[in-house]
Amino acid sequence: MAGSYPSVDFSLAMNMTPVSAADWLVAAPVAISLVGGSFCLMLRKNTASQAKLGMIFLTLLVLANIGLLIRVLDKGVITMVMGGWLPPFGIAFTADALGATLSLIASIVAFCAGLYGAVTFDSTGRRYGFYPFLVLLMAGVCGAFLTGDVFNLYVWFEVLLISSYGLLILGNERPQLDGAVKYGVLNLVGTNLFLIGTGLLYGVFGTLNMADIAVKVAELDNPASGTIATIAALYFLAFAMKAAAFPVNFWLPASYHTPNIVVSAVFAGLLTKVGVYALIRIFVLILPASREYLADVIALVAMATMITGVLGALAQTEVRRMLGFLVIAGIGSMLSGLAVGSTLAISGAIFYAVHSIVVMTALYMAAGVMQRMGGSFNMRELGGLYAASPAFAGVFLVLAFGVSGLPPFSGFWPKVMLVDAALIDGRGWLATAILVSGFLTTLAVGRVWIFAFWRGGPEGTPDGTAAPAVPASADLGSSAMWVPIGILTALVVFFGLQPEWMLELSARGASGVIEPVGYVRSVFGVGQ
Amino acid sequence: METGLAIVIGLFFAVSVYLMLSKQLVRMLLGIAILGNAVNMSIFLNGRLTREVPPVIPADLYVPAEVTANPLPQALVLTAIVISFSFFAFLLVLAFRAYQEVGTDDVNEMRVAEPENDPLPPQGY
Repeated sequence: MAGSYPSVDFSLAMNMTPVSAADWLVAAPVAISLVGGSFCLMLRKNTASQAKLGMIFLTLLVLANIGLLIRVLDKGVITMVMGGWLPPFGIAFTADALGATLSLIASIVAFCAGLYGAVTFDSTGRRYGFYPFLVLLMAGVCGAFLTGDVFNLYVWFEVLLISSYGLLILGNERPQLDGAVKYGVLNLVGTNLFLIGTGLLYGVFGTLNMADIAVKVAELDNPASGTIATIAALYFLAFAMKAAAFPVNFWLPASYHTPNIVVSAVFAGLLTKVGVYALIRIFVLILPASREYLADVIALVAMATMITGVLGALAQTEVRRMLGFLVIAGIGSMLSGLAVGSTLAISGAIFYAVHSIVVMTALYMAAGVMQRMGGSFNMRELGGLYAASPAFAGVFLVLAFGVSGLPPFSGFWPKVMLVDAALIDGRGWLATAILVSGFLTTLAVGRVWIFAFWRGGPEGTPDGTAAPAVPASADLGSSAMWVPIGILTALVVFFGLQPEWMLELSARGASGVIEPVGYVRSVFGVGQ
Repeated sequence: METGLAIVIGLFFAVSVYLMLSKQLVRMLLGIAILGNAVNMSIFLNGRLTREVPPVIPADLYVPAEVTANPLPQALVLTAIVISFSFFAFLLVLAFRAYQEVGTDDVNEMRVAEPENDPLPPQGY
């Protein structure tokens, strides 16, 4: 049959020029993660080599993401369409400054978690697949950050969701199973809502390519008509569920404190931020008119998320549960940027997302070290850790200042941008909520520091005296625990003292989605 | 035809929401299974229904000569079916293990991870 169509002009449907070698970097993070996950899975019974194998692929992933980000900053948005089909027919992978930045930060966090997990997971945990799940989770996370197709975004959400189920129940303990039921059911409902919205979007526009939909929406007479606004509201509900925004966030405090501490750290860093990323991508790039239409609702949700999140944190005795509520409060700050929607606000939200990924992961890892030193996650049973390790007390204080948004650490600059943008937009209440939540966060983490580090010993130790120091035989963890915390703390300090890089990256990311000319041109070629 | 299918999909959504509002975990899972089917049918309907015209392009043309059945929603639905089926299988096993460990399938009583009457944090020392 092949010979009977000699005159077919394939260039009408397919891209006949080969993709330049450097542009393969767009697909590299996902390819490395999928291959790496498969290798780790095949060799999962060889528990001794699991950590090494996982770290090899996570290192490759970081390198590929660095290369991708350099390439994107150099050449602008780059697109690769699977199978060589011309867009919008093929599934496009489109890396812009926003996606590439988040993908790089996510892979650095996964690298740190891989190191940390080498200590906290024994051979049983490795045999049941910590490293395969972690690397495959990264396939979902990087895929979600880099894809340019709405349905493909759904698929990557499911990839990261099924990997997260696997990580969440590693260890098979009662609280884990209880938390996983709530996490599993509510997240599955969230992705189903996302899928309904995607089906309706396809029904209206007949395409799933983000750039194509963005162009078609902009050409409409009424880009926030009832149909489009309904789809936008569905998307907002779905991604707010994934991001753990206020009325639909109860799965997060129910589950994030149950698994192994390094799994909590990865989840707190990455999963909710993928939801925030999807909100920015859908509402700023594809449906900007609907974002304006829903702006007041988003602002209300943002305020409620910040305030309820931080009040929840103040009510917790367990350090991990307290941190779970702080994750929620941070999501509120990012949503406030989305509610305002100016370039400054979106850059602030992107910067805040990067900051939150780094600092929340580091705080959970630090909580793991506190548990090793003090034997508990409970504030009442901790104490005297400053005497045990002044250096670690300092590291925790840096992270506490970072998450509260105090200068000179990484949380300060995005908060300044968000407050400034909210005031320029005339949303004084939003700015107030950001500042109040920052203040209450300071109280919540400051209390942990006072109880766990500053006082002499656990509850019952008389004030002014010190409990017996932590015995030298106590397992303080090997250097493999300190290196990842050190890397992440260094990032928190670096972003605080030298914010120019992140300001530049987030500004480019924000202008890339607000003015999607470069994005659309990259997908459809220069000719259009 | 499309109106009829839309009504059926609406019924599916109603049933699934009703089941998911139940306290019993098994009913919630049945609700999720039905929700997945409702979503898949709505994607299928969003591709418009065209019967008995396969999407085959004649040899001398580049685009179909007439309106054909839309193959894309079927590809999307196939993907979504595989995903929702695997998730449903996982959740079934998870619910059974949770029932074994926690001893109840009433979600109001599943308070292992977040115990009731959790003490408030200390006020001072």
